[in-house]
Amino acid sequence: MGTISLKNISKSFGSTQVLNNLNVDINDGEFLTLVGPSGCGKSTLLRIIAGLEQQTSGDVLIDNKNVNRVRASERDLAMVFQSYALYPHLTVRRNLETPLRLRDYNAFERLPLIGNFSPSKKEKTESINQLVNKTSETLKISELLDRKPGQLSGGQRQRVALGRAMVREPVAFLMDEPLSNLDAALRVHMRSELSELHNSLKTTFVYVTHDQAEALTMSSRMAVMIDGNLLQLDTPQEVYDNPSSLSVAQFVGSPKINIFKGTADSSGTISFLNVNLKRKSSESNTDLHIGIRPEHLEITNESNENTFSGTVAYRENLGSDIFFHVNIEDGSNKIIVRGLPQFTHQISNGSSVNIKRVSDKALLFNQAGMRVQFTNA
Amino acid sequence: MEAKQYIGEGWKHAILIIGAIVVMLPFYMMVSMSLKSQQEIQSISGGLIGAQETQTFPVCVKTGYSEETCTMKPYQYNYWFAFEKAPIPRYLMNGVIVTLSIFIIQVLVALPCAYALAKLRFYGREFVFSMVLFCLLIPVHGIALPLYVMLAQAGLVDTYSALILPWTISVFGIFLMRQFFMTVPDELIDAARMDGMGEYAIVWKVMLPTAIPALLAFAIFSVVAHWNDYFWPRMVITGNRDLFTPPLGIREFRGGIDSDEFGPMMASIVTVTVPLIVAFIIAQKRFIEGITLTGMK
Repeated sequence: MGTISLKNISKSFGSTQVLNNLNVDINDGEFLTLVGPSGCGKSTLLRIIAGLEQQTSGDVLIDNKNVNRVRASERDLAMVFQSYALYPHLTVRRNLETPLRLRDYNAFERLPLIGNFSPSKKEKTESINQLVNKTSETLKISELLDRKPGQLSGGQRQRVALGRAMVREPVAFLMDEPLSNLDAALRVHMRSELSELHNSLKTTFVYVTHDQAEALTMSSRMAVMIDGNLLQLDTPQEVYDNPSSLSVAQFVGSPKINIFKGTADSSGTISFLNVNLKRKSSESNTDLHIGIRPEHLEITNESNENTFSGTVAYRENLGSDIFFHVNIEDGSNKIIVRGLPQFTHQISNGSSVNIKRVSDKALLFNQAGMRVQFTNA
Repeated sequence: MEAKQYIGEGWKHAILIIGAIVVMLPFYMMVSMSLKSQQEIQSISGGLIGAQETQTFPVCVKTGYSEETCTMKPYQYNYWFAFEKAPIPRYLMNGVIVTLSIFIIQVLVALPCAYALAKLRFYGREFVFSMVLFCLLIPVHGIALPLYVMLAQAGLVDTYSALILPWTISVFGIFLMRQFFMTVPDELIDAARMDGMGEYAIVWKVMLPTAIPALLAFAIFSVVAHWNDYFWPRMVITGNRDLFTPPLGIREFRGGIDSDEFGPMMASIVTVTVPLIVAFIIAQKRFIEGITLTGMK
C-alpha cells in the first residue's frame, strides 16, 4: 500500500507563506507529478511529505496513518535528490547497503569490529547482500559496485541514487527533480526508464519537476502549483486540453499558449482582432483573454474574415516542426504559430503571412485569469 | 617572445629560491651543527658535516664517563650524548600524548559544534556563532594567568590534564570546520536522514569523512602549535621532569657546566623537529590527494 493524503497543508518561513492550504490525495501505485515554476513551493511540499520539513499546519497521512510526529527515517519513504546526494567516501555497494544496514542491524551490530560477534549479523548481512545484488541487476549497475561516486558519470550516479532508494522497498518514492542534472539526451532517455521502473515496481511515485515536458510524459496525474497554491490536479491530457486558469494554460505547453485580448458583447459574442468566434461566451459584456495553442493556428494563403495577418519576426526550425514568431499587424501581440516544414519551408524572416485558426480549440479566461466556459458548447 | 617568457619565469623562480634559502638556512645550520664537533662549530669550519675525526670529548669525561666511552666520532657523540643527558624518548612520548589528546578532543568537540552551527536551525545560532568569532580574538597569553589559577585551585598543576585541558575547545577548529560544512550540500544530510541516520551518526559517518581535507589542515595547525608550544608547558609543569614536552626538554641543554656545547643541543633539536616534519610531509600528500567532494554534484 502507498497512499499519501495531504490535508490543509500550509507552510510559512517567518512571514513568507510558501504553501497555502493544500489538499492532495495520492493513490496507491500512482505516478503523481508536482509541477510548477521555480519557487512555487513544490520541493517544500515534497520535503513535508518526507518529514524533512515540518508543516506549519495541516496533516500528512501515509496509508491513513497520521505521520505528523513521525521522523523522516520511520516514514518508510525513499527519496531521490537532484544532486543524487551519494556518500562520496563510500563505494557504490556501501551506498546501496547504508539504508539497509541502518534499518536491519541493531545498534550493537553496527559497532565496528565487536559488532561482528553478534550471532544474527551474518544472516542479516546475507539478506542485505541479496537485496543489493537484486537491485543492482535491475538497474544494470552490477559492474559499478566497487567504484566510488566520484568515478561515475552523471547517468550512472543517477542510477545508483535510484538504487539506494529502491533497496529498501519503501511504500513510496519521492523524487526531487532527479533528472535536471543530466544532459538533454539522457534526460529524455531516463524519462522512459523511470516510467518503465514505475510500471514494474507498481509503487507510488511522487515526482517534483519544473519541466512541464517531464510532467506530461511520465505522470498518471499532475498537480500544477503556482505561488504556493495548487491550481489543478488532473491527468496530463486534461490539464493540457482543459486548463482551469490562465496561469496553468501558460505554464503547461511548449511553446507557450498565445493569449489574445478580446471582448464579449451583451449577447456573449466573442471578438478579437478582426475575428468573431462562432461559439458564445457564458459571461457577457466583459473583456476576455482568448488562449489558442500554437498548433491550433495555421499559416494560410486565404484572406477572409476568419484570418488575420502579421509579419514573421523569427523562424524557429526544430526539424519536425517550424515555429513562427509572428508580430500581429496592429502591434498588440507577438504570437507563435506552428507550421509543417513541407508547407512552410519557403517562408523566411520578414515575410508577411495570413493566419487561420483551427475552430473549436480556443480557451476563454476572464480578467481574473479564471476559465470561462462557452455556452451550448 | 619565448625567450621573454623564460626570463619572466626565471625572475619568479629566482625570488622563490631566495625565499626558500632564507627559510631553509636555520634548518641547515641545525642539522650541520648536530653533526660537527665543538671546535668546528666555534670556528665555523668543516662545511656541512665537518671532518668527523674520532676524538675524546672533555665534557663527557667531566660528566663522569670513562675516556674510552667518550672517544668516538662527533656525530655519534652528539646524538649519543643528547640521549644520555636527557630522557628524550620520554619527552617525545609526552609530546605525542599531549598533542594527540588535544587534537582528538578538539575534533570531538569541534565537529558536532560546527555541524550544529552550519546545518541545524535553532534559536540563537547566529549569536553563538558570533561568540565563536569573538573568542578567536582573545589572545592565549591574556587568559593564561586566570587559567593557571583555576588549574592550581583544582590541583591539576604538574599533570597531563594541565597540558591538555585548556586547549580542548578550539574555536579556530569550530570556525574552520563550520566554514567547510557550509559547503557540504544539504541534500547529502537529508539523504542520510532518510536512510535513518540520527544527527550524531550524520556527524561521524557522513560529515567527518567528507571533511578529511579540512580536518588535516586543522590537524597541521593544532599539532604544530601544541608540539612546539613552550609558553604553556613552562607555566604548568613546574618540577616534574617526567611530564616535560620536547620544547621543555631542549631547555635542559642550556645552563650548567656545558652551557655552550652546541652539538648535543642541536642533535636534540633535530630529534624533536624531525617527527613533525615527517608528519607534515605525509599529511601534505594526503592533503593534496584528499577525498574531495566530487561525486556530489
